[in-house]
Order: sequence, then C-alpha cells, then structure tokens
Amino acid sequence: MLAEVLRRLLATIPVMGVVAIAVFALLHVTPGDPAVIIAGDYATTDDIARIRARLGLDQPFHTQVAIWLGRVVRGDLGTSIFSGLPVSTLIGQRAATTIWLTLFAMLISVGVGVPIGVVAAWRKGSWLDRAVMVFAVSGFSMPTFWLGFILVYVFAITAGWLPVQGYTPLAGGVGSFLSHLILPALTLSVVYMALIARMTRASMLGVLDEDYIRTAFAKGLAPRGVLVRHALKNASLPIVTIIGIGFALLIGGAVVTESVFALPGLGRLTVDAIVRRDYPVIQGVLLVVSGVYVLINLIVDILYVVLDPRIRY
Amino acid sequence: MIGLAVLLLVFASGLLAPVWWTGDPQQMRTAQRLQPPSAVRWFGSDHFGRDVYTRTLYGARVSLVVGAAVALVSLALGTTLGLVIGFYRRLDTVMMRVMDGLMAIPAILLALALMAMMRASVRNVIIALVIPEIPRVIRVVRASVLSLREHAMVEAARALGVGTPRILLFYILPALVAPLLVQATYMCASAILFEAYLSFLGAGTPPHIPSWGNIMAEGKTYVQLAFWIILFPGLFLALTVLAINLVGDGLRDLLNVRG
Repeated sequence: MLAEVLRRLLATIPVMGVVAIAVFALLHVTPGDPAVIIAGDYATTDDIARIRARLGLDQPFHTQVAIWLGRVVRGDLGTSIFSGLPVSTLIGQRAATTIWLTLFAMLISVGVGVPIGVVAAWRKGSWLDRAVMVFAVSGFSMPTFWLGFILVYVFAITAGWLPVQGYTPLAGGVGSFLSHLILPALTLSVVYMALIARMTRASMLGVLDEDYIRTAFAKGLAPRGVLVRHALKNASLPIVTIIGIGFALLIGGAVVTESVFALPGLGRLTVDAIVRRDYPVIQGVLLVVSGVYVLINLIVDILYVVLDPRIRY
Repeated sequence: MIGLAVLLLVFASGLLAPVWWTGDPQQMRTAQRLQPPSAVRWFGSDHFGRDVYTRTLYGARVSLVVGAAVALVSLALGTTLGLVIGFYRRLDTVMMRVMDGLMAIPAILLALALMAMMRASVRNVIIALVIPEIPRVIRVVRASVLSLREHAMVEAARALGVGTPRILLFYILPALVAPLLVQATYMCASAILFEAYLSFLGAGTPPHIPSWGNIMAEGKTYVQLAFWIILFPGLFLALTVLAINLVGDGLRDLLNVRG
C-alpha cells in the first residue's frame, strides 16, 4: 500500500515537470517580444530593457528554463511586476477564499449530485429520473456567471436575503462569512453537480442489474441499505474519478464566479494580473492550481485502492 | 431533435441578424439609456441606449464562428498528431507524459494566460481555445489507434505491404469518424461557453464587437438597474450550448459511441 502510494507520487513528478516547462514556455510561444507586451503601450526602451533583464529574457532559452525550474523547485515563484511582492505571498493571501469557495461547492455538488443520481438510477424511466437527466444536461450547459447573476437577482436584489457581492473572512464572523459564500458556492456547484449526477446514474445503472442486488432486495433488505451499501459502493469508482477530473471545471468556474461576486480569491488575482500583464503572477497561479489538480487526482488514484482492493498498480 | 431545432434557430438569427427587425447594433441613443424591455425595445436597452435585442442577435455570430472554428481546428490538428503519436511506440510514451502535463492545466486558466500574451481578436480567442483542446483530442485518437493497431485488418494490410501513412489514412481514420464527430460537438459547445467566459473576464473578443460575453460584461455594472442586459444574452448563450450538447448526445446514441 505504502509502496504504491510512493510510486504514484513519483509518477506525478514528470507531469509536474511538463506543467512547469509549459507554463514557462507560454511566454515564448506567443508571437512578439514578451518584454514589450508586459511593458505595455506606453513603455520606454529603458523600461523594456529593465523588464527583459529582470525576467532573464536576455539569456538563451535553455538557460532560462533551467533557472525557472531551479527556482520553482525551491518554491520561489518570482515577484509580481505590478506590486513588487513575491508571487507566493500574493497566492498565499488569496488562496483561503478560493479554497473555501471550491470546498463548499464540492460539498454541495457531491452532497446533492450523488443522491439524485442514485435515485434516478433506482427509479429509471420515472418522471424523477427524467427530471434529474434534464437537470444534468441543462446544468452542464449553464454559463456559470450568468447563473450567478440570476441567483444574485433573485436572492440578493429582489428578495434581499443575502448580500449581492463581497467577502468576509471566517475571522470576521461565521454568519457573515457563510452568507457571503452561499450564492457563489451554489453558482459554482451546478456544473459539477450535473456532471456527478450524470456519472452516478450511469454507474449505478450498470451495477443495479447485477445478481447480488436482486438477491439483496429479495431477502428483504431496506432499499436504502441496498442502494448505498451494495450498489453505490460498487458503483463508486467512476464517480470518484469524475470528481477528480471535474475538479478542473471547478477551478475554472471559480475564476468566473469570483469575478461575479467580487471575491478576493485566486481567480480575481489571475484576472487582475492579466489586465496588468503581470506575467510572473499568471505563471505562479497556473503552476499552483495545476499542482493542486494533479494532487487531487493522485488522491483519487489512491482512493481506488481503498475502494477496490482488487486494484493493484 | 429539439436541440437541432434550437441550433438552427440560433444559426439563422446570427446569419440573418440584419433583417430580423433589428437596427444598428452600435447605434447609441443617449436619451434611451437603460430602458426596460418594451414593445419597441424587446430586450430593453443598455447604458449607451443601444438595443439589446439587436446586439444579442449579432452576438450569435461571434459565438457560432468561435465554436465551429475551435471544434474544426482542434479536430484537424489533434487527429493528425494523435494518429502519428499512437502509431509510433517510441514517440508514444514521451508524448503522452507531455499531454498529461498539458491537461493538468485547467483549460480556462490556460486560455486566459494565452490571451494575456496576445492582442484581443476573434482569431486569437480561437487560438487560445484550440491549444488546451488539442491534447484532449489526441488522447481520444491515440486510444483508438492503440486498439486498432493490433486489429487483424491492419496486420493483413501490413502483410500485403501497405505503407504506414496509407494504413493510418484508410484503415484507422475511418473508424475514428464517429467518436470524433461526437467529440467535436461537445468541443463546439464548450468553446462557445469559454469564449463568453473570456470576454466576460475582459480577455476575449475585443469590446467593440458585440458578443454575448461582452454584452454581459458591460451589463455587469448595471445588474441592479438593468438586469435585462445580462438576462437575454445569457439566455441565448445557455440555450445555444444546451442545444449543441443535446445534438452531441443525440449523435452519440445514434452512432453508438461509448462515452
């Protein structure tokens, strides 16, 4: 078990290496001189030269890659051109908001998506099943920010129950913290929820035909127990996989959601950095977020072994 | 079927935007700023007094062009690369590691970062959306090539002295048409969605072109005063993406593609 975890961990190293190089190369594959683009329209020749020297753009490409990789390994993501602060500090300041947002969205999506998927599969062909399927298709097609505005309009502007925008850290009071996070988390969760519900239904349908399910029902076990303990447990692998893969959707959605609700998270940081052409920040966020994605999928891989002892790598 | 009908309607509205009781999408009537929907202004007007209905209809053009272009270009490049990578074992291991790495970067963030380094234009939006999509196509193609490579018909062709390019083109590619067609439909839907995200975040289609994302980005400030600026383009966007996804689901069932 431990050896397998270690082996999976080692396998992520080349992937992260490619991510680091790709994130770095972004600066170079795009046409034009990055220093000119970063400096903006009103830069002087001196400004451009300074930026070029600061980013090491005056070095040959392979030297630049080596320097960048060396710094990344040491946890140094460079300094922001705009604020002059280390990128890791900026990310640290904003990470908590995004972590809370995605965590809540994930809880909502799994908490609702899995049960409705199970029920839909159990009552296949019923109006309930059809309703879940309609939700799954339309939820997946829903533009996240538009849904956010609809929720804001209904619950914040018209009903006045919740704040329109903004954020209070947890230290600023649990009530205020939660009330600012409910709508964004709900907005963000819908796409993911739809994905999970669809996968749960499909995976459950495959399992519910099995003989042991019929046996379990036949010996008079309560449907709830059969569905959860017998069926869902055996249908869980694809569901766990989609939770891991779909995390990319959640992160992408978080960028947009934070913009709608003016949350000071990593998404805002990225969008601001893009407007200001603050390239070290963009690279840093990209690298960190991809690292989290790889990590989550590593956890999923390890969960496989826990959920299904037959799997050995 | 519903999906196809809605899609045709959106397609027609984009194509025929000038003749569907619209005006000039850029015409500003300062006296009629932020007017709610009425018999004259079906979807209301925005903060410059521009007609939201007209702009929404014109917005369909950008979305459909971006959706179709991203799907086609990703498909062409991804298929070519996937065929080559899948067939040459030595290339395969290395390239798939690279693909894994590229796919670990969330698509929207990658597209945003690419847009940050390019000037805002419809062409660049297409490029920024194609790049994250290519590894995903390659993966699908490669998986099929790997299984087909061992197929008896390929072995037979090889024994008859058929060259590798011919095998790829005439023995393997035809089997890929169905799954790729389905994949292309989903890519088109997500590209339309992503174009709107990029434009909404200010890193997509240039602001002077009315695209659904741009209209909503401008309406963001007026969400409390003039909700219709966001409501209608978003509704069109949601319905279009839904329609394309439904067409994709229909194709998948029709062509019997797993997925």
